[in-house]
Amino acid sequence: MKVIAIASVGGHWVELQRLMPAFSGMELVFISTRASLASTVTGNKFYSIPDANRWNKFKLLVVLFEVFRIIYNEKPDVIISTGAAPGLMGLAVGKVLRIKTIWVDTIASASKLSLSGRIAKKFVDRIYTQWPNLAGENIIYAGNVLS
Amino acid sequence: MIFVTTGTQAPFNRLVKAMDDIAGDLHGEEVIVQAFGVNFETKNIKVVGFLDPLEYTKIFDRSRLIVSHAGIGSILSALTKGKPIIVMPRNADLNEHRDNHQYDTTKNMSTLGYVPVAHDEVELREILTSMLSTLGKDSGGVIGDYASVSLIDSIRSFILKD
Repeated sequence: MKVIAIASVGGHWVELQRLMPAFSGMELVFISTRASLASTVTGNKFYSIPDANRWNKFKLLVVLFEVFRIIYNEKPDVIISTGAAPGLMGLAVGKVLRIKTIWVDTIASASKLSLSGRIAKKFVDRIYTQWPNLAGENIIYAGNVLS
Repeated sequence: MIFVTTGTQAPFNRLVKAMDDIAGDLHGEEVIVQAFGVNFETKNIKVVGFLDPLEYTKIFDRSRLIVSHAGIGSILSALTKGKPIIVMPRNADLNEHRDNHQYDTTKNMSTLGYVPVAHDEVELREILTSMLSTLGKDSGGVIGDYASVSLIDSIRSFILKD
């Protein structure tokens, strides 16, 4: 089982790290937006991509291309993301390539799903919220990244 | 030492300025501020840009208090390591973020009793002063290293499902 886990630097990355036991025994490939984060997941393959957010449309395209290239080459069974925009792109690429996709919405989004989460909801195979009040049809609450 | 983190997304000069002012009254206690786009001359703090994870951890571990924008990464790190933390959320009305989700974070975190929240520079000074006066040794971790078992299990079984 090969899993690509993708998250932007900062809180999204920290939340992703807290899911690690879910992947034990699987081949893990990480994608994030800061090269130095490789040191936090030693022993796993790590790709660094440029950061992008809604403030910079051109860069979003560059990132999309890069994410596509990595996923196409790696051919994972599953792609999981905790956000933000680059993660959403990873899942979109996964959808196109018929790879199983999972979105875990950030714990920072407590009163409604994050913007990326609301987009992800439309096409991913599974979406989690970390707040029980946001659970609903096809949006699963099963706990959060705290414990 | 006090470590101030402002994330990687955008400048947060309101917090940097507030900490520069407060640091002047801390009798020489070192204040390290991770920030970028600082647009004024600081007097009492040391500003550093993005830190690689190793440097970040080193400074984090040495600090006795964390002051942070309400970024979930800083909050989780502090809770995991049992470091006292104060957060001041970015305000989208002042163009400090794309939206006000950091207010939501703080509302929910403070409801859970995890994190004291300063809503402006005045509150920050008050909370920081009172916390420094009561700080003892590290209180020990408040949360564990990983997500709840139910979330881990749910994700894992979905991955392994045909």
